[in-house]
Amino acid sequence: MAYRIKVNGKVREADVEADTPLLWVLRDTLDYRGVKFGCGAGLCGACTVHLDGQPVRSCQTPVSRVKDRAVTTIEGVGESAAGKAVQAAWLAHDVVQCGYCQAGQIMSATALVAANHHPSDDDIDAAMGGNICRCATYIRIRAAIKTAAASLAKAG
Amino acid sequence: MNKPVLTDDLAAPSRRLLLKVGLAAGGGLLVGLAPAFAAAAAADTAILNAYVRIAPDGGVTIAAKNPEIGQGIKTMLPMVIAEELDVDWGAVRIEQAPVDFKAYGAQFAGGSMATPLNYDLMRRVGAAARSLLIAAAALRWNVPTAECDTTPGAVRHTASGRSLLYGALATSAAALPAPDLAKLPLKNPKDFRIIGQSHHGIDSPKVVTGQPLFGIDVVRPGMLYAVFEKCPVFNGTVVSANLDEVKAQKGVRQAFIVKGGSEPAGLRDGVAILADSWWRAQKARKVLKVVWNEGEGAGQSTAGYAARAVELSKQPGTKSLRKDGDTDAALAGAAKVVEAAYAYPFIAHAPMEPQNCTADVRGGKAEIWAPTQTPQSGLALTAKTLGMAEADITVHMTRCGGGFGRRLNNDYMVEAAKISQMAGVPVKLLWSRADDLQHDFYRPAGWHFLKGGLDAQGKVIAWRDHFVSFGDGDKFASSAGMSGTEFPARLVDNCLIEASLMPTQIPTGALRAPGSNALSFALQSFIDELAHAAGQDPVAFRLALLGEPRLVGKAADGLFDTGRARGVIELVAEKSGWDKATLAKGEGMGVGFYYSHRGYFAEVVKATVAADGSVTVNKVWVAGDVGSQIINPTGAETQAQGAVLDGLAQALGQEIVIAGGKAQVENFDGFALLRMPQSCPVEVHFRLTDNAPSGLGEPALPPVAPALCNAIFAATGVRLRRLPVDTELLKRA
Ligand code: FES
Ligand code: FES
Repeated sequence: MAYRIKVNGKVREADVEADTPLLWVLRDTLDYRGVKFGCGAGLCGACTVHLDGQPVRSCQTPVSRVKDRAVTTIEGVGESAAGKAVQAAWLAHDVVQCGYCQAGQIMSATALVAANHHPSDDDIDAAMGGNICRCATYIRIRAAIKTAAASLAKAG
Repeated sequence: MNKPVLTDDLAAPSRRLLLKVGLAAGGGLLVGLAPAFAAAAAADTAILNAYVRIAPDGGVTIAAKNPEIGQGIKTMLPMVIAEELDVDWGAVRIEQAPVDFKAYGAQFAGGSMATPLNYDLMRRVGAAARSLLIAAAALRWNVPTAECDTTPGAVRHTASGRSLLYGALATSAAALPAPDLAKLPLKNPKDFRIIGQSHHGIDSPKVVTGQPLFGIDVVRPGMLYAVFEKCPVFNGTVVSANLDEVKAQKGVRQAFIVKGGSEPAGLRDGVAILADSWWRAQKARKVLKVVWNEGEGAGQSTAGYAARAVELSKQPGTKSLRKDGDTDAALAGAAKVVEAAYAYPFIAHAPMEPQNCTADVRGGKAEIWAPTQTPQSGLALTAKTLGMAEADITVHMTRCGGGFGRRLNNDYMVEAAKISQMAGVPVKLLWSRADDLQHDFYRPAGWHFLKGGLDAQGKVIAWRDHFVSFGDGDKFASSAGMSGTEFPARLVDNCLIEASLMPTQIPTGALRAPGSNALSFALQSFIDELAHAAGQDPVAFRLALLGEPRLVGKAADGLFDTGRARGVIELVAEKSGWDKATLAKGEGMGVGFYYSHRGYFAEVVKATVAADGSVTVNKVWVAGDVGSQIINPTGAETQAQGAVLDGLAQALGQEIVIAGGKAQVENFDGFALLRMPQSCPVEVHFRLTDNAPSGLGEPALPPVAPALCNAIFAATGVRLRRLPVDTELLKRA
């Protein structure tokens, strides 16, 4: 059946089965290929998107459960102050190695710093523990989150 | 590991290659290379695939020749060209080169070989383009070239103050004869402006905004999405499958059996399902029922191999790897003999991007888009598998979501190509994570039965290693081998290294720092045991073993520089405060050293073992020597940190268990990759030495596992001789 979902501010329509994970609707039906597939089981975080600003694993979210919540993907996250700050910090710290996990990392990090401008190391561990980086860029992710949070704190 | 065959001195590829200079379409300068044989054959034809293109409007485009797998090569090699060309880094456009052996030579990501193979060559390519532009300016001004110089992007006549932008000179430079590659003047490294400065990955802005770059992001008009089910027992074959039922599933367009062959790492039997979305194809697998002929592999298990290894250790090895002096006599006469058995498991690569490939094989031509570390061997394998000429196949390199050695093999490429050929439509094949973990070319398990002899002063006088590994006859399975030069061979007078090989159907292959990633654990842990048996400090013991700075070994095997080894061990001891560290209860420090992929690395791990046996790594110090120049410092640091954390993850939790011939793993809950809470600070130091720059993707990995286990020993007195770390052994009552 046809589902209408709001992605990055635009209403989009996808004619798929109810159990189709949001991940595949975004990637293969609606062409948001920045969202990545890593495990399909909620174990790696590569597919993280926001629903009304909250990070969710899109591979574990059937499209039928999105309803009228606003979907934000890596393609749209830079529209928010937090997303923009995180992307800038990612470049400043040269976080990216292969880059495959980074869409998911950035989505989780953005949700964290949007809610918490002074994240402690424990806050970062808790918010980011579901996102695997096989290249193990964790040291720079941690530093970049602190930079992004500090820039948001400064901006008020 | 698919190491390239090196037919010449690495430092002098410029003698095998000729510069090619040509006019770009629409005007401007092209500078490329061709092997001497090909250049002669095609002397007057225009060059199509160049390294440097300078357009009349001044735009500079540099081709990045090798696959990008996260090692930063697409940034680093163009930096080297840009340096000698003398342009501003920010003004350069970088393009992924097409796959073309004649224009680019070997294009692959493996063995940390890109720097040693290309550093000098890429400098010369940049210098050649610069010298042509200078020559063109000198002609125009009618002055000697010696009076001309460059500033970034322009040639300048110093005496008159005249200056011309590269773009204005490019077309006339294209008509000039190519300079001799070997004789070009190169910059003095102290004048470098780009090399030695940190530059972030050139595609990173696209990565952080989610633009499609990876193999999995490729979309072709009219393509179908494919999944491919193979026998869970390696090399099993298809007897039959319920294809009609599968074809009745929603969205499924085709389903068929694919017959495989016996090409190493090539196509194997399986069932292909093609649908109008990947989710529908994957969902249809749930109803798929295949009758397999499991074949010979069904009986194999990791437990069986472990038991067999112990049996074999009781017999003499069947393959001799080294025999210096008289090890038996030296052990018999030793003041102290230490004996220990070490073991490490099969592990998977699990790159973050699951294996995938998009292929369009129609009308006698094949076009392929693949995240691969070895596009050229993939092309050759595809030609063989499909029965096509290589000339009819085009392979496009995409960015790879990790490699780690997994994508040295192109099994997924030939699967996609074959499926597209059979289906007659473009196909995007994507593996699930289970497919990836269950059909890897695993880092092989291995067993070392070690004996070391010390004299009364605690000097190592005998070393014996019976290595039990995998292979047929006396040929090691892929990446299951060991050379006779592994440290501390060549430093101990009485040294016997031998191997026994077990045949296996389990596919094995190179994993980041192949061989070394496992050998280092066994050998450097055992050296620690010897140090403690000798009553000596582990750092001092290693320095004594190395002796005076000198080159040891034979040139043919690659020389080992004890001075470079000492240098990094001393540096890491200093930076980690090895001698004066005050440690909390349950905390210990351990050291490891390894030489691999031309890099010398010493590492110190500080770890805490809690009463419940759990291990926390607090910090790792790294000292590395990869020669005279760190080309891109930010990339160098992150490679070393990533390799160290990768090695820690392997040691702390990774193992693939095989039972009934099948890998007993489904997803990341059964294969522990490192996560943020386990990450720790990794402090990286490089010691610059007067040696040719070498690669960094791998050599920082091997020392960390033994450094960790040595730290655990220092903290607890428990010696871990098997990976992954078993916290049960570390519990305090
Ligand atoms: S793909 Fe969704 S958590 Fe891994
Ligand atoms: S950058 Fe490669 S998986 Fe994170």
